[in-house]
Amino acid sequence: MNATRHLLSVADLGPEGISEVLHVAEAFAEVERRSVPKVPTLRGKVVATLFFEESTRTRLSFETAAKRLSADVLSLAVASSSVKKGESLRDTVETVEAMGIDAIIIRHSSAGAPHQVARWVERAHVINAGDGWHEHPTQALLDCFTVRQVLAERKGSAPDELGIACFEDLRVLIVGDVRHSRVARSEVLAYTALGAHVTLAAPGSLLPPSLEGWPVEVATDLDAALADADVVSLLRLQAERGSGSFVPSLREYTAGWGLTARRAERLAEHAIVTHPGPMVRGVEIASDVADLPRTVVTQQVANGIAVRMAILFLLLGGELTGTAEVPAVA
Amino acid sequence: MPEPSLVIRGGTVVGPAGLTRGDVAIAGTGIVAVAESIDPPSGAQVLEAAGCLVGPGLVDLHTHLRQPGREEAETIETGARAAALGGFTAIVAMPNTEPPIDAAGVAAEVLALGVGCTAEVAVAGAITVGRAGRALAPLAELAGLGVTLFTDDGDGVQDGALMRRALDYAKGLGVTLAQHCEDNCLSAGGAMHEGSWSSRLGIPGIPAAAEETMVARDIALSRLTGGPVHFLHMSTAGSVDLIRRAKAEGLPVTAEAAPHHMLLTHALVAGYDPVFKVNPPLRADEDVAAVIAGLCDGTIDAVATDHAPHAPESKDRPFNEAPPGMLGLQTALPIAWQVLSPHLGPERIFALLSVQPAAIAKLTATDPRRAGHSAQGGPVEVGATANLCVFDPAATTMVDPTGLASRSRNTPYAGRTFAGAVRHTVLRGEAVVIDATAQR
Repeated sequence: MNATRHLLSVADLGPEGISEVLHVAEAFAEVERRSVPKVPTLRGKVVATLFFEESTRTRLSFETAAKRLSADVLSLAVASSSVKKGESLRDTVETVEAMGIDAIIIRHSSAGAPHQVARWVERAHVINAGDGWHEHPTQALLDCFTVRQVLAERKGSAPDELGIACFEDLRVLIVGDVRHSRVARSEVLAYTALGAHVTLAAPGSLLPPSLEGWPVEVATDLDAALADADVVSLLRLQAERGSGSFVPSLREYTAGWGLTARRAERLAEHAIVTHPGPMVRGVEIASDVADLPRTVVTQQVANGIAVRMAILFLLLGGELTGTAEVPAVA
Repeated sequence: MPEPSLVIRGGTVVGPAGLTRGDVAIAGTGIVAVAESIDPPSGAQVLEAAGCLVGPGLVDLHTHLRQPGREEAETIETGARAAALGGFTAIVAMPNTEPPIDAAGVAAEVLALGVGCTAEVAVAGAITVGRAGRALAPLAELAGLGVTLFTDDGDGVQDGALMRRALDYAKGLGVTLAQHCEDNCLSAGGAMHEGSWSSRLGIPGIPAAAEETMVARDIALSRLTGGPVHFLHMSTAGSVDLIRRAKAEGLPVTAEAAPHHMLLTHALVAGYDPVFKVNPPLRADEDVAAVIAGLCDGTIDAVATDHAPHAPESKDRPFNEAPPGMLGLQTALPIAWQVLSPHLGPERIFALLSVQPAAIAKLTATDPRRAGHSAQGGPVEVGATANLCVFDPAATTMVDPTGLASRSRNTPYAGRTFAGAVRHTVLRGEAVVIDATAQR
């Protein structure tokens, strides 16, 4: 993210950029534990969320992050906006920017929409909050953050002391609907940039049509792959994107690719299970497994705020130069 | 010899048998002399063509003119002007207008609007009513207006039984059915070529098989019915291979390829710019190589532009939502020249852009049903209609979207420079383009 103005893809960051985001997020996680979890860092800045797709957690997370940094938050509700009157995305974005917005956080069903928006804006920063099947960079970053946090906790050290070395040779298994998953694409970029080994496990119809150029392996036997994994990232079967028809039935999917209680017994004792949410209990993850301590879904959600604070701070306030100093907090 | 009104001086004439240094004299609408040196009489217009190739006017089998219905994107007049600037003297208007060209009234209107334009405008009729793929359009009535090509282009005829019936019904009408090969089930939701790039970019893909399965089906239907089929915008290595084998078998099939499928690949979509969205989509390197090989070995008969104007507001949208299509008329010959001249001589390149497409669309002779239309596709010889394209291989074409004659700006070649440039275009003896400038 050196000299990066926007966060469109995890690839914008590189290992140093990711390391810096994790470092700054660590400081903001500390802020969050205070009785008044708010800092004046982005006072006077205005952040707009433009969500052209339904979302609760990501939008709330970004808005909470911005508010904890004292930024003003505008939230464009697409359903009741000029978009419904036929206004183009470009005009919407240019209108929003003309109001003096400093950052546009966008989610859109079309892959690449944030890239297009980044070409249209003159000075605003653009943050990709999920574009089609393409990427969801902040989700991957908060996943890495959470994994490091758990590893540090077990070691009894501070996460920052682990740096990014703790990802070296970590075995990450991504299970489920990779084909339609923006989380999977961002996770592959993030984990492999940090030196982890990534394996994908999914029925053939839910894998991308081509994995040419992807630094990953593909497991055809989930049970065998589970035993080797340090981190298991479960993906939701995105029935609303039509992926329901990519498998014969939810029952058959769960039988072959769900993390059932029996299958979870194969996991190594130290294995961590992540899920970007919303979870569909009983489909990709059994309810009992979802509630195990190794399943860190609520930690992920909590960490999402600190990671998004870090992104907002680095793009709007500080500079992503590898030496960012978190502002002293009163 | 009648007194020449126009003399093209200093060029090299591109004939079927090869190249001949020669001046060309024109009186009225016809060529009256081709000779080493012709002294223009006083009062005759003179076009300088030193170093240029003087070939038959180009013929485009595949132009979207958008009129009626989408005049903000293109009109018949502006499309014909873009055509003339590209060296074309005849273009075939695709029927996916609003309303579509599926009835005699619409066809007659488009033909009438084309009269007097800077390129002759022929029309392709729809195969099915409304291009909806359910019932046959009035093929015989449209053929009565001189329509010789039929297609639902923009969509393929999905129902194999209906396509078979169309081929059977068309027998004796002297027409050719042309197919936009795309199995809608396989391509549903797709916005680019399915492969390494679509997988990485998260854009829904259109597999090569969506095209190839319909190519294979229609080859089988041509075999079944004996009816001729023209395959529009072939874009995959598999399609080229299928056509090659069908021709070896002796089936009455012809095929075309678009300049963008000879040059551009799916890697260009990486920036998510919808100007690179087109259907069939930009494919992989091996597909581009196969299309070029098919043009070189005669498998593909014609270069056809698939000129598809879209107004800026419709193209400037999220990638998945933007309509497919790119401009092509003013860049076709320079691209074909750049890509093909290392492999083919000028007479073969003009065959692909003029002689053969004119034959496929049956525009090589006049037809009393098509008022104002002359014989297209050469040859450049005494007695022929003076439809000519004067091309300067030593010049360059720099693509500036704002300088194009089209009403739209959706060229994928903005800022690029190609070897060679169309210098003059002569339509029925009238210099409609002189020194790359439209005269009206």
